[in-house]
Amino acid sequence: MQNSPDPALPLLEVRGISKSFGAVRALQEVDFTLRAGEIHALLGENGAGKSTLIKVVTGVFPRDAGIVRIGGEEVAPRSAKAALAAGIATVYQEVNLLPNLSVAQNLFLDRQPMRFGIVREGEMRRRAKALLAEFGLDIDVAAPLGSYSVAVQHVTAIARAVDLSARVLILDEPTASLDRHEVEILFGIMRQLARRGIGIAFVSHFLDQVYEISDRITVLRNGRLVGERETASLPRLELIRLMLGRELAETTSARASVGEHKVREVCASFENYGKAGYVAPFNLELRHGEVVGLAGLLGSGRTETARLVFGAERADGGKARVEGAPVRLQSPRDGVRHGFGYCPEERKTDGIVAELTVRENIVLALQAKRGLHRPLSRREQDEIARRYVKMLDIRPPDAERPVGLLSGGNQQKVLLARWLATSPRLLVLDEPTRGIDVGAHAEIIRLIRELCDDGLSLLVISSELDEIVTYSDRVVVLRDRAHVEELAGEAVDVGNILAAIAADGAGVAHEGRA
Amino acid sequence: MRGLPPALITAIVLVAGFAACAVQFPNIASTRVVGNLLTDNAFLGIVAAGMTFVIISGGIDLSVGSVIGFTTVFVALAIERWGMPPLVAFVAVLALSAAFGAAMGAVIHVFDLPPFIVTLAGMFLARGASFLLSTESIPITAPIYSTVSDFALRLPGGGRLTAIAIIMLAIVTGGALLLHLTRFGANVYALGGSRTTASLMGVAVGKMTVKIYMLSSLLAGIAGIVFSFYTSAGYSLSAVGVELDTIAAVVIGGTLLTGGQGSVIGTFLGVLIQGLIQTYINFDGTLSSWWTKIATGILLFAFIALQQGLVALARRPLAKSAGAAT
Repeated sequence: MQNSPDPALPLLEVRGISKSFGAVRALQEVDFTLRAGEIHALLGENGAGKSTLIKVVTGVFPRDAGIVRIGGEEVAPRSAKAALAAGIATVYQEVNLLPNLSVAQNLFLDRQPMRFGIVREGEMRRRAKALLAEFGLDIDVAAPLGSYSVAVQHVTAIARAVDLSARVLILDEPTASLDRHEVEILFGIMRQLARRGIGIAFVSHFLDQVYEISDRITVLRNGRLVGERETASLPRLELIRLMLGRELAETTSARASVGEHKVREVCASFENYGKAGYVAPFNLELRHGEVVGLAGLLGSGRTETARLVFGAERADGGKARVEGAPVRLQSPRDGVRHGFGYCPEERKTDGIVAELTVRENIVLALQAKRGLHRPLSRREQDEIARRYVKMLDIRPPDAERPVGLLSGGNQQKVLLARWLATSPRLLVLDEPTRGIDVGAHAEIIRLIRELCDDGLSLLVISSELDEIVTYSDRVVVLRDRAHVEELAGEAVDVGNILAAIAADGAGVAHEGRA
Repeated sequence: MRGLPPALITAIVLVAGFAACAVQFPNIASTRVVGNLLTDNAFLGIVAAGMTFVIISGGIDLSVGSVIGFTTVFVALAIERWGMPPLVAFVAVLALSAAFGAAMGAVIHVFDLPPFIVTLAGMFLARGASFLLSTESIPITAPIYSTVSDFALRLPGGGRLTAIAIIMLAIVTGGALLLHLTRFGANVYALGGSRTTASLMGVAVGKMTVKIYMLSSLLAGIAGIVFSFYTSAGYSLSAVGVELDTIAAVVIGGTLLTGGQGSVIGTFLGVLIQGLIQTYINFDGTLSSWWTKIATGILLFAFIALQQGLVALARRPLAKSAGAAT
């Protein structure tokens, strides 16, 4: 391998890359520079364009504009295979290897050592063993890859990529499914590869890990490059501001006059509730007529908390109570039975049924709650649909229109209506304003406040800190899949939330994963 | 080695079944019966070897029975009516069937169609073509047929290892070597694991698909020639439903229907098990020959259940660590 470990010379140069999907501009003139021998973190919130950038650089998606250079030479790979040939290897979170083949076959597939047209099995195993030994792995290479842990599979994938003379290694969330010890091993390997002059681009949601391993950081937001810094000279708070798109001056946002603190009845409470490897055990109290916001970066455990609360995921420890009585939340059905509602983040895939009409979508949850043997009559359905179309101002006010034809904001309202029709006591909203235009945005927020004034208990997840500050009575801050702080009353402001997210959590990271 | 544990179970079933039969009818344990078993199932063994490659690669080939039928009719007509020398007829029909398989493989890859549908169409095409050639049974009287039928290696104990049994054994051995020792074989397993991943890892998926179906059809062509030696005739209705017997033999031999795992040796043992059941029924004399089908059905169920169990066991450690992912 002729790697030039000269740090001044960029190994991978990405200049002015743009990519659109239909009308959506996923990347706009993004630059990215990777030097030989550095570990470079690529950060950004959901929809920032990290995955798109990786896929465009590796030729999985064709690009609209821009150039990619490796070692000064322009390349335009058309497939992952061509990218590999050009020296760019990518290891995704879901390992792209063949679990049914042996470890050795996986390492040498299509390039096995041959003699007289026959694979030299012994030689191949010997080489595989030697290769993995470089990565500190001593395993039986004749066993099927699928019989090993995800960590071993990751290392095997990296070993294969490096052995294919990759000069640029892209790791897409390599640590998401690894435990602390495995992460240490992986980091050791990354440092070793970097010393050999390989440039490593690394995507992760765990900021502690980013600070632990990376030399430089590039931040994307909404498909644009917002900054490229040396890790050592970028304070966490600054990084989070870059990621969330906040300027210092803005942090004092107008907080709506949230109702004064009268003691409210507890609607649902969770004690030491959690699931190993999912969310660390947390305590959470939700009161009637109160909005609790969940803030944190992508992957911090917000959605995971919501799913546990609703029963979409089973907790493996802790107690849940509804109106003081202990309950078991094993499935979404249990959640619905106890009067919970959940509007998921992925509206299009997990929420609305696009082909059905507004009316059919609205009565869906109510019908499910009543059971199939007590169908709602058409008259009742019409009545319910009419009431909510009017109440939530769903436009156009036509209950017989397929929901797929409505705008994002109105789809969100239909989802809200669906749960409101079941007269819930607790509603969980995951990113209720994502992908909604500004006008509808304000309206959804107004609705959230109104619902709360009617005595409903709300748990709302949002990446928009301004928004969360506007309507929340309390805000729970999450980091690295654990609840790290709860802000109430006057303390609820953007600055405090940012500080809590940015706090150095080296000690807290991965607790509850053991 | 990969795929051996299920094949080992097939071997145990075969040995136990053979022993049980031998206890009831001691004559079964003779080279004569074993030799006949190999001869009677020679064409099945050949076509099943090809099917093993297809199924391990994650596909299926429903056309093989029809290709056998077409081959017998074509060979009979070519030799008896068109006056072709037998060897030329063999080469011609093998070229035709290989091209037929390659075409199916190409259609599957290029149009990204399910192999089930494409080879189902192939099944109708080949069967229809053989009816078009001739609807009646054509006896073959060429001298090479009597020579081949008379040729046999004498086994100790009075058994005969016929030419067609030798051809089958050679093909099974060659198939096993091809599958386990070559790059082609490794790629077959890779395709069965995941076509997308295999292609990302550099396997030429399109070429492989064409080659695999070509191999299957070529072996079906050879099986057809062997079948014509066996019956000394060509008939468009021969080998109807053989594709299903073949799939059964492959699955009983421990090959995963979803692809990725299996072995030619296992398939060979699966063929022998089916032959053993048939032999037992012949010896008994009172049972209807359809009991073969019933016994095969029961065995199939047992093996599929067994495989599911093994697969679940194999996935367990993976599922555990993957559970921590999300």
